Amino acid sequence: MALLEVNNLDVRFALRQGDVRALRDVCFSLDRGERLGIVGESGAGKSVAAFSLLNLIARPGYIAGGSINFDGHELTSMSDRALRKIRGHRISMIFQDPMMTLNPVLTIGEQMIECLKAHRRISSREARAISLRKLEQVQIPSPDKRLDHYPHELSGGMRQRIIIAIALLLDPDIIIADEPTTALDVTIQAEIMALLLELCEKHNVALILITHDLGVVSQVTQRMLVMYAGRVIEQGPTREIINDPQPPYTQGLMNALPQMATPGSRLNQIRGSMPSLNKLPSGCAFHPRCDFATRPEGELRPACVDQVPQFVDSGNCQVACHMVAEMQQAERIPVEEKQ
Amino acid sequence: MMTATAASHRAPADDQQPAESLLEIRGLEKRFSLSGDFLEQLKFRRGRIVREQAHVHAINGVDLTVQRGEALCVVGESGCGKSTVARTVMGLLRPTAGEIHYDGERIDHLESRALLPWRKRMQMIFQNPYASLNPRMTIQQTLEEPIRLHNASWTPQQVRDKVAEVMTDVGIAPDWGSRYGHEFSGGQRQRIAIARALAVDPEFIVADEPISALDVSIQAQVLNLLMEAQQERNLTYLFITHDLAVVEHFGTRVAVMYLGRVCEVAPTATLFARPRHPYTQALMSAIPRLEDDRPQHLRLTGEVPTPVNLPSGCVFHGRCPAANERCRREVPRLIATDDGGQVACHGVEEGRLS
Repeated sequence: MALLEVNNLDVRFALRQGDVRALRDVCFSLDRGERLGIVGESGAGKSVAAFSLLNLIARPGYIAGGSINFDGHELTSMSDRALRKIRGHRISMIFQDPMMTLNPVLTIGEQMIECLKAHRRISSREARAISLRKLEQVQIPSPDKRLDHYPHELSGGMRQRIIIAIALLLDPDIIIADEPTTALDVTIQAEIMALLLELCEKHNVALILITHDLGVVSQVTQRMLVMYAGRVIEQGPTREIINDPQPPYTQGLMNALPQMATPGSRLNQIRGSMPSLNKLPSGCAFHPRCDFATRPEGELRPACVDQVPQFVDSGNCQVACHMVAEMQQAERIPVEEKQ
Repeated sequence: MMTATAASHRAPADDQQPAESLLEIRGLEKRFSLSGDFLEQLKFRRGRIVREQAHVHAINGVDLTVQRGEALCVVGESGCGKSTVARTVMGLLRPTAGEIHYDGERIDHLESRALLPWRKRMQMIFQNPYASLNPRMTIQQTLEEPIRLHNASWTPQQVRDKVAEVMTDVGIAPDWGSRYGHEFSGGQRQRIAIARALAVDPEFIVADEPISALDVSIQAQVLNLLMEAQQERNLTYLFITHDLAVVEHFGTRVAVMYLGRVCEVAPTATLFARPRHPYTQALMSAIPRLEDDRPQHLRLTGEVPTPVNLPSGCVFHGRCPAANERCRREVPRLIATDDGGQVACHGVEEGRLS
């Protein structure tokens, strides 16, 4: 059985105008030691997905349905007390902004020791020794000195290394990293990503990496989910999706990258912009921006406008797209006729 | 059509012999004081009152030339001074030392009133379209303001026509003019910011990270718009970015900056085919590429030092795998390379590095 299994996760935000549905029917699973990327543009729901795994959705948000099964525990119905034993211990999280994550009035050492003592019955001396070892693992120079430093004394890259060290402190099974390098420079980003990858492999930690950067996903993860407007629209092995994206949205996202075009030529843009979650288009949420949804004669395809696409298997990937489904059917019919 | 628009958009000073280079930056330096005013600088040290001043050395001797019609991209990591260069060129900051020549005339020492005719010819697009549009002005007001300022003699109808024209050009329906900035998405706001820059028919646009705040699919839309505007209006760009993939697509030439200095300038294709400076090489290897299954970056030691206490010699020596005694001591100058670029590296100059 998979380490983490998410089924039909439904997250809503209760607002005065009614519920806004941030996630719908999100399903995925994660094996021990596996690295999964969640990709999408802002507003796609990727961060909400990550936060809801640990039930970190703050009011007015709530999990309205679905299940999150982690190693035999159902997290959605778990008490806060029981959940605290898992948070930071068996599943830990790395956030985007390292300055916001660290407490500015505590030294690095105090924060690490606090975290260790909250989950294990150990002496401060032991906790300090473990912290020191973890700082060495993330290649922080002179770690014993750094333990007594405050976060503001460190650079952004250093801080993110320390956050990785804290995430690894209790030898978790899963690390959820929400845009861990977006706030950093490219050369530092490359260092941090390589470090995270190396440590996950070495300690057999599963990683859920949330990012908008397809290049990073391709370098680090084995499987990926593509999200749009609160739904997963494609999932499968990273290499297969990157090399041969199936739904028009993933294709568009990939083709819009400057590195996919000849320098100086016009980029293939996706028209329009991500719809707001409280005014989602009917049927497939992508249909107003989709070239396939518009027939050559100019009218819209009824299926795309009326029906939410269901997942179909396509190779090793699952895809929620009417176009892919139709193409498969078109291929299947002649085969059946022959038989 | 294209040539006609290009001609009609030319600024008056263009009737003279057009200079090869539109903008020349010579020995530019800019530092910002960190120590506050005079009284705050006084410190009590060992029984004596002393005056202490600390500075951020944002730009330390930058020489750059922007040719007419090209898109010069300035890349570098945060704190390398690329935005300061952009703002100093626009006259939003006054340089500490050095000169800026626009179309043959020195402009860096001019008062804001004297700068006004130049401001009509050069416009700026900022990074964050959520911050660069006045939330209390409608789009119509936002776009009319620069047109009125620079064309005082125009009738209200002429101004309105011009606004409608630029809005159409950037793909925003002119009848949305009565809306406010917050009613638009990030990509649309950036289009409006571009429309505002184009409204006075400039010949030179400084764009400071214009697409960094936008989503991937919207980035492509805005980049396409900038490229179209360049073709139709014969624009020259100074394009500031940290995204090398964008540079490769958009730039005619690239200047790579590190800690307030230019370490390499080259035509885009040359730079990407054969980066010479060790920092450029590291920067390029750090771009995550779709075809990679693992990070492929060159490992640099350490991090970018603060621009408060600059390293001696070559500013990159602390992280450079090829640094030697001379690099620690002597500041490298930009030297011409055989393939049309310039590089500031002792290693390349001595032939130690290819």
